[in-house]
Amino acid sequence: MNDQLIIAGRSFNSRLMVGTGKFASNAKMVEAMELSGSQIVTVALRRVNVDNPEDSLLACIDPAKYLLLPNTSGARDAEEAVRLARLARAAGCEPWIKLEVTPDPYYLLPDPIETLKAAEILVKEGFIVLPYIGADPVLAKRLQEVGTATVMPLGAPIGSNKGIRTRDSIAIIIEQAIVPVVVDAGLGAPSHAAEAMEMGADAVLVNTALAVSPNPGAMGAAFRKGVEAGREAYLAGLGEKRDKAEASSPLTGFLGA
Amino acid sequence: MSFLEQINQYDPAEVGARIEAMGQADVERALAAERVRPEDLMALLSPAAAAFIEPMAQRSHRITQQRFGKTILLYAPIYLSNECSNGCLYCGFNATNKVPRRTLTLDEIERDARVLHEQGFRHILLVTGEAPAKVDEEYLAAAARRIRPLFSSISIEVWPMGVDGYTKMVEAGIDGLTIYQETYDRTLYEQLHPFGKKRDYDYRLITPERGGEAGLRRIGIGFLQGLGDFRTEAFFTGLHALYLSKHFWRSLISISFPRMRPAAGAFPPPHPVTDPELVQIICAMRLLMPDAGLIMSTRESAALRDNLLPLGITQMSAGSCTAPGGYSDEDDAVEQFAIDDDRSPAEMAEMLAARGYDPVWKDWDEAFLQTGSQP
Repeated sequence: MNDQLIIAGRSFNSRLMVGTGKFASNAKMVEAMELSGSQIVTVALRRVNVDNPEDSLLACIDPAKYLLLPNTSGARDAEEAVRLARLARAAGCEPWIKLEVTPDPYYLLPDPIETLKAAEILVKEGFIVLPYIGADPVLAKRLQEVGTATVMPLGAPIGSNKGIRTRDSIAIIIEQAIVPVVVDAGLGAPSHAAEAMEMGADAVLVNTALAVSPNPGAMGAAFRKGVEAGREAYLAGLGEKRDKAEASSPLTGFLGA
Repeated sequence: MSFLEQINQYDPAEVGARIEAMGQADVERALAAERVRPEDLMALLSPAAAAFIEPMAQRSHRITQQRFGKTILLYAPIYLSNECSNGCLYCGFNATNKVPRRTLTLDEIERDARVLHEQGFRHILLVTGEAPAKVDEEYLAAAARRIRPLFSSISIEVWPMGVDGYTKMVEAGIDGLTIYQETYDRTLYEQLHPFGKKRDYDYRLITPERGGEAGLRRIGIGFLQGLGDFRTEAFFTGLHALYLSKHFWRSLISISFPRMRPAAGAFPPPHPVTDPELVQIICAMRLLMPDAGLIMSTRESAALRDNLLPLGITQMSAGSCTAPGGYSDEDDAVEQFAIDDDRSPAEMAEMLAARGYDPVWKDWDEAFLQTGSQP
């Protein structure tokens, strides 16, 4: 089946993106990446030396297999995020950037105003911008208007494993978006990923659920199945709860007259 | 990607065949879907859905009441001119029809406008044909400026303009655009439009996008029922509405349901649409677009309009006259098409109230427009 995820003109077979933080070891991380089937891997720029090819984390990510998606995690405002993105590009990274502006160090919730500001600057500079946002449908539209390649609304706060607590808002974003919608953050179980895909999300991003599992590789494989199952169910067309049957014809009786 | 690129990905014959092939299970799934997708729309427009017209009407009614309450916005058209250089075979204003032609002066426009204002209207639709030598952008802008103090919302249903033209219209106080594709079937479109600027299918198709780009706040589309196969036409209308609502999300999208009426030049509709089919189209559009304005004009009979009222309609014209100067003159020029429901606006308002609906006359304010007369 030719059902590819297309972002900024580039095709991917996998609809599962993975993060690289919090793993007990690089070996565990690589195993999780491999078994998840993912083709997009995000790395926090603050964690690596992008200009050092010997960097221990970067060395684990085979550029032939994965698109390395640097992220601006830790940035507190637009200026910091833009600076990080420029550094990554100057170091030779592709111009893809996962934009995260999270001034609140506790829940790591994204700042909508600074995110929009940074997105506008980065898009103008030729970056392919994938912004992490609260599940706000109007913000999503404002971002796609300035030219972001996706929108990445959160299901629940990062690392919370709570699942899709913003379901109704994400449903509106999916209904209205003209760029791919990637549900990011909060997905703690493969069933959460399946739920996002059943709703019509184009992809999901998972990190903590894999990293903190006693067996990250097996969890990566489980998420892969969850994503695929949800996507296939969405494409097949889900049955819905039925309305109560209406026996009489109070509204259209006139047609038979 | 414009809607032109999107529609070009479809083969109308194949769409027609897919709609015909939809079965009962497809209709049931579409009826229960939380959000109607294009495949579901096909099912709702299929012959199989004819057996589900009452449940469709129930759902449409529920959604409409939930989103709009028990209200109907009333509006009236003002025909400014029946001059036209197009040859649309189905239209009473067709350039080859030997009918008296008339273009209202600004004073005459104001006279008609005052009659409608007196009747209570605050939402008005200015209508012309396409005759660039006699009726141009400056004329329309001047007309809008003249009558602006009388109304809170002015829409236009005229020839397609470029973004510049629509920007001028917004500056003149116009906030809405109505433009029907007439038929989404390219071959049929070319047959029905043998000459004139309107012959350009592509230019017309992306007209609503140019209006949206210029910042018009209301965009209305529709197909002329009776020209092509209604199932594929309604399907493409739905896709078009969805496209516009996603790309021009600050504008309210509305869909009209004009059904061909007898007109001078007597062009018999090749694919007449029956009452049950009209109901099916209206309900399918409501299920697809819970928030869209659905508009019913006075082309339809009083009895039918009353029955259609609870099915999803949110906006109606009343007391309409489709001849230039028709509201203030006794001996008016020829009409574009004959209206059927000839009840006065007051009678319409009374009927609505009797049925538990609030007739809404004003639902907009010129203060919203940056060019409003406010500081």
